[in-house]
Amino acid sequence: MSTLIYKGQLEADPYVELDDATAVEFGGHFIVSMARWRKDYSPLSISGSRIGVRIPNTVELARDWMILARLPLIVLEFPSFADGRAYSQARTLIERCGYEGELRATGAAVVEDQIQFMLRCGFNSFELRADQDPEACLQAMNTFSLAYQRAADTIEPVFARRRARSA
Amino acid sequence: MYQYDEFDQTLIDERVTQFRDQTARFLAGTLSEDEFKPLRLRNGLYVQRFAPMLRISIPYGLLASKQVRMLAHIARTYDKGYGHFTTRQNMQFNWPAIADVPDILADLASVQMHAIQTSGNCIRNLTSDHLAGVAKDELVDPRPYCEIARQWATFHPEFNWLPRKFKLAFSSSTSDRAATRVHDIGVHIVRNAAGELGYTIFVGGGLGRTPIIGVQIREFLPEVDLLSYCEAILRIYNRLGRRDNIYKARIKILVKETGVETFRQMVEHEWQQIKDSYLKLLPEDLARMKGHFLEPAYAPDADQDASYAAHLASDSAFAAWTRRNLKEHRVPGYSAVFASLKAKGVAPGDISAEQLDAVANLADQYSFGEIRATHNQNLVFADVAQKDLYPLWQALREQGLATPNIGLLTDVICCPGLDFCSLSNASSIAVAEEIFERFESLDDQHDIGEIKLNMSGCMNGCGHHSVGHIGILGVDKKGEEWYQITLGGSSENDASLGDRTGPSVSRADIADAVQNLIETYLGVRSSEDESFLACYRRVGMKPFKTRLYAEAEAAA
Repeated sequence: MSTLIYKGQLEADPYVELDDATAVEFGGHFIVSMARWRKDYSPLSISGSRIGVRIPNTVELARDWMILARLPLIVLEFPSFADGRAYSQARTLIERCGYEGELRATGAAVVEDQIQFMLRCGFNSFELRADQDPEACLQAMNTFSLAYQRAADTIEPVFARRRARSA
Repeated sequence: MYQYDEFDQTLIDERVTQFRDQTARFLAGTLSEDEFKPLRLRNGLYVQRFAPMLRISIPYGLLASKQVRMLAHIARTYDKGYGHFTTRQNMQFNWPAIADVPDILADLASVQMHAIQTSGNCIRNLTSDHLAGVAKDELVDPRPYCEIARQWATFHPEFNWLPRKFKLAFSSSTSDRAATRVHDIGVHIVRNAAGELGYTIFVGGGLGRTPIIGVQIREFLPEVDLLSYCEAILRIYNRLGRRDNIYKARIKILVKETGVETFRQMVEHEWQQIKDSYLKLLPEDLARMKGHFLEPAYAPDADQDASYAAHLASDSAFAAWTRRNLKEHRVPGYSAVFASLKAKGVAPGDISAEQLDAVANLADQYSFGEIRATHNQNLVFADVAQKDLYPLWQALREQGLATPNIGLLTDVICCPGLDFCSLSNASSIAVAEEIFERFESLDDQHDIGEIKLNMSGCMNGCGHHSVGHIGILGVDKKGEEWYQITLGGSSENDASLGDRTGPSVSRADIADAVQNLIETYLGVRSSEDESFLACYRRVGMKPFKTRLYAEAEAAA
């Protein structure tokens, strides 16, 4: 089982990922595919379970955001180390859709060298790649103490600090 | 020029710490070669044919004298005593050891320099007009806008893993000296009919394998909306740019495959969602940044000096140099002075540690302590008073930096080629030298007039061959070096891509071929005032092609 960092802590993952053929049981935590969630939206919403959805990084999120925003968990994929599409998806979900649930990064790029930028784009949950040292990843969330841009994290950007100073 | 505050300094210091850790993990074997590669590229570090190559960022080409001294120190301490200025106004060192790079970056950080985002599939160091702030044809100084964009692009969390590299260039003058139309985003700072400042935005330009001239995507963008509009473009590109084929991954291919009109609508739609967000600049942000680029204390009586005219009359070598290597300044009595990095026997753009130190001292003495790197791989002292031109020329001449060839045939743009680069198919430096020898007679050059000869060792096009008036591209044919020739390219306001003459020519014939093209031009031009480019555009390919291949056939 891979290590999960959620809200800055190492946590046990309550969710179980299901393939599209496996039935959803009552009262559990499950992750289903975007395709299944679209197809079985109604039965899933009354299943009595917490349903998270795994979304491929090619999906244009602006289309479905109204219902997406109510999900307790959204999983975004980094299929390779250098494929950064989910960074844009994350910012769209957080900043445009107002998503407030668990936003989880998964895949080959969930490593200490990228985790702070993921955090900045709004991810609050990280399914670490198997070879990663969890302590190093936790530390790497603070690699940079400042940022030039406002993003979905809590760092007060440099431009705002300068405005405050000259005000 | 821009001075770091504690925020800028903290960020580059933290970057050094981060890269020191990444390098240590790589050397210890806990960070794989495959994953260290994109991380080191984002700090300018390539592994090249013979040794690593480190590309240092010079934002919009502007350097303070203490920074130039630091480059000299790095050349001496970590390299073989010289460096290389690139076509994107940066500096490259070709011989550092990987283990030394964190120390080099720490040295750079001590003078507000870095190598951040000088490579990798991210927003690269941005470039601008090397005559910014002093050019007569300038609307406003583009550098404050460049610095605002630089900060926005630095460690942008969303756009650090793009499909491919992404380059921005800024210009604010009637003649585009920053080649903005061959950049992913080209920004022209303009005034609209109501007199308000803003930008005309071009997108999808680029050189390389599929050279394309950028298209106008917005005629007028208000001054406060620069960052939101760039962010909209980048977000569309990050989501939809191709990642299946490295040669189709630049934004130019996305724009082409989507269609300009559709792409424009997508950007506008995205922009509408974010334009009134925190990305909107406040007047105070612009004013604060403009305050970093105040004009120096020009002497009001600089044009009263009489010594300049006397030296012009008495020293013909000095006079010849002033005709080629000075550009008119907007302030009377001042000139922008070009130091040529295209001397005989020196690879274009190369400079030694001793020359760098000399340049730093001369900048302090004669040009308010600043120096600029140009897109044509030369240096500019931007603010030299008339009375100082003669002593500056004498000092530059002692350093081998006063070759009077700016804008002439021997002022070639050239990539490092096969001598250093692991991508290259063919030599470019050796060809440049051969051409230099053939045309070094300045009388010949003056007859030929303004011409841009650009040369790349492979189709990645670092030497901008596609936009050279004469472009030369090295190709590999069964292990031999051959050269493809194009005519009629330009990276200025009339930007165009060169047309291919026909079959490539061999290494042995390339210098002859250039000579044939020049002789054809001299024969068909309407007058001495008609430049090579204007002549080619008037008469077309035929006379050039006929001569070029007739000679080849006769020789065969």
